[in-house]
Amino acid sequence: MQTTYPDLKGRFGQFGGRYVPETLMFALEELEEAFNLAMEDEDFLEELDHELTHYSGRPTPLSYAENSTKRFGGARIYLKREDLNHTGAHKINNAIGQVLLAKRMGKSKVVAETGAGQHGVAVATACARYGLSCKVFMGEEDVERQSLNVFRMKLLGAEVISVQSGSKTLKDATNEAIRYWAGAVQDTFYCIGSVVGPHPYPYIVRNLQRIIGVETKQQHHTLEGKLPDRIVACVGGGSNAIGMFHPFLEDKVDLIGVEAGGHGIETGEHAASITTGSIGVLHGAMTFLNQDLNGQIIEPYSISAGLDYPGVGPEHAFLADSKRVIYKTITDDEAVEALIILSEEEGILPAIESAHALAQAFKEAAEMDQNQSIVVCLSGRGDKDVGTIMKVMEGSQ
Amino acid sequence: MSIRFENLKSKTKPLFIPFIMAGDPSPEITIELALLLQEEGADVLELGIPYSDPLADGPVIQESAKRAKGMTIKKAMQLVKEMRKRGLEIPVLIFTYFNPFLQLGRETFFQLAEENDVDGLLIPDLPFEESESLRQRCMEEQISYISLVAPTTSPERLYQIAQESQGFLYCVSSLGVTGERKDFHPETKRLLREAKSFTDLPVALGFGISSRQQFVEVGKVCDGVIIGSSIIRKVHQLYTECPDSWDVAFRAYLSSLTKEEASVN
Repeated sequence: MQTTYPDLKGRFGQFGGRYVPETLMFALEELEEAFNLAMEDEDFLEELDHELTHYSGRPTPLSYAENSTKRFGGARIYLKREDLNHTGAHKINNAIGQVLLAKRMGKSKVVAETGAGQHGVAVATACARYGLSCKVFMGEEDVERQSLNVFRMKLLGAEVISVQSGSKTLKDATNEAIRYWAGAVQDTFYCIGSVVGPHPYPYIVRNLQRIIGVETKQQHHTLEGKLPDRIVACVGGGSNAIGMFHPFLEDKVDLIGVEAGGHGIETGEHAASITTGSIGVLHGAMTFLNQDLNGQIIEPYSISAGLDYPGVGPEHAFLADSKRVIYKTITDDEAVEALIILSEEEGILPAIESAHALAQAFKEAAEMDQNQSIVVCLSGRGDKDVGTIMKVMEGSQ
Repeated sequence: MSIRFENLKSKTKPLFIPFIMAGDPSPEITIELALLLQEEGADVLELGIPYSDPLADGPVIQESAKRAKGMTIKKAMQLVKEMRKRGLEIPVLIFTYFNPFLQLGRETFFQLAEENDVDGLLIPDLPFEESESLRQRCMEEQISYISLVAPTTSPERLYQIAQESQGFLYCVSSLGVTGERKDFHPETKRLLREAKSFTDLPVALGFGISSRQQFVEVGKVCDGVIIGSSIIRKVHQLYTECPDSWDVAFRAYLSSLTKEEASVN
């Protein structure tokens, strides 16, 4: 059974676990207990459901991509529209859940890390709504690259802290958030943005994102009267992918995760930790990492800040190891091309992260039969990427 | 437990336990620094291994790790052999994050420990639950596996960890990361008192200790004082200013920190 994980030690097979300094151990135990209790509390579940429906706008639609389907001439292509969530990505599902949990636990302060700023904006949004103070750690380089999201977070009342340590990107923002949390652990809740980190985070975030797959299953059944044949999602840390895949793990459905191939795997400039990495421990979990032979972490590269992470959620490592999910890579160029195709064909501008999944899905669809269907998790909208795409297009002219 | 750790029992308390980063500012200076620290009264040496993502460390040790980039566990352990040749007798423990240790491999570590006269191992991000088989293996190899407890450690958990501890028990004085501080966590005294009641091993306090006054106060309530960031900061400063005679000024600084006669109070 794939769905019984994690075990009591927070492990997905050999992956996951809890590799943190002693100071944080009590907080992780406290969090695990609080989350499990909350998940059995009707009132909490009702409030969460109410907020997802009336505040975030769930359920998100499953849109048939008719023009793209015709263009590729194979399987019917469906898009799970997480881009239509409040704040424009699946990140809000997790942020609402964790911030409500923080409130339930009596914590008044929330701290988070962010790369491109999507998770930071989602957490700042939830904190504004539920009345908690919010501190977001963001690498100095990302602060410069994503100034619009920095301003959004500030508008929402959050404090954005520019991280100067290490390579000044998501990895270091995560380090700094954990360090800060270790010092303020008694009254502060750490709201992690993906299915990474020490147990119980991969478990909590997955369960809060499962709604993506649960809705998809139902919607696809209504539209097609059966399960989809194949599902594709992009994987950085992997929260939208695990949320989409998890309800289908026991079904006869092909699941495909797409990692960022950056400039191409052969160049070494990528963020494909499952495809090319080796087993190690980062941010409290055992998983696949981009690292050197001495265990030093190698900075990843991707055009997409949301996929630019040197590790991957431990459950993905497990699903890759057991071959239940197949992981592929898509380069920057392929993702940009898919983004343009979807914009032109469907009038939907996807996030550059989601465009990695799209690019793979287009390839797959073309080789599938017309009576088959393929679902793509469109994890976010692409407004935030317009500047990046503009530069790429200007550069190629 | 290694013989060198056994010998700690007869030493005058508090034990002085400095932390230095292997390779900062250079491998040669690391060796000289270790010997100098022994001469100035260090009882145990914690030898840090640089890591790209040191979760438990504050800015001073992070910067030190950057300067020491390229140093590995293996190379650091080989430095210990050189230190021993030049007269280092105190126990040396390797302080490394788990990932570099994992990549080196357990068997290689124990082999290197034997070859290079290393006495102990401390992995700050490997909590009690995850370290059981490694602790067992350390016992067999007569390597002291140093366990940490924090002000947030519950009494039940503290008891468990203390019972299983080897070498000495490392108490963390504050929440958060390593680095110099004015005050300790209010639970620190409780922590030390309980820790001492649960083990016969020396109980040492670390994180944040940087002044003579703190050294004296801490020395009254526990058996050992661990000092990292302020030593690293001082060596870096003195070595940068004066690479030829940094050691003279550093000796004076150490005396003012750890020795009664030089007390500034």
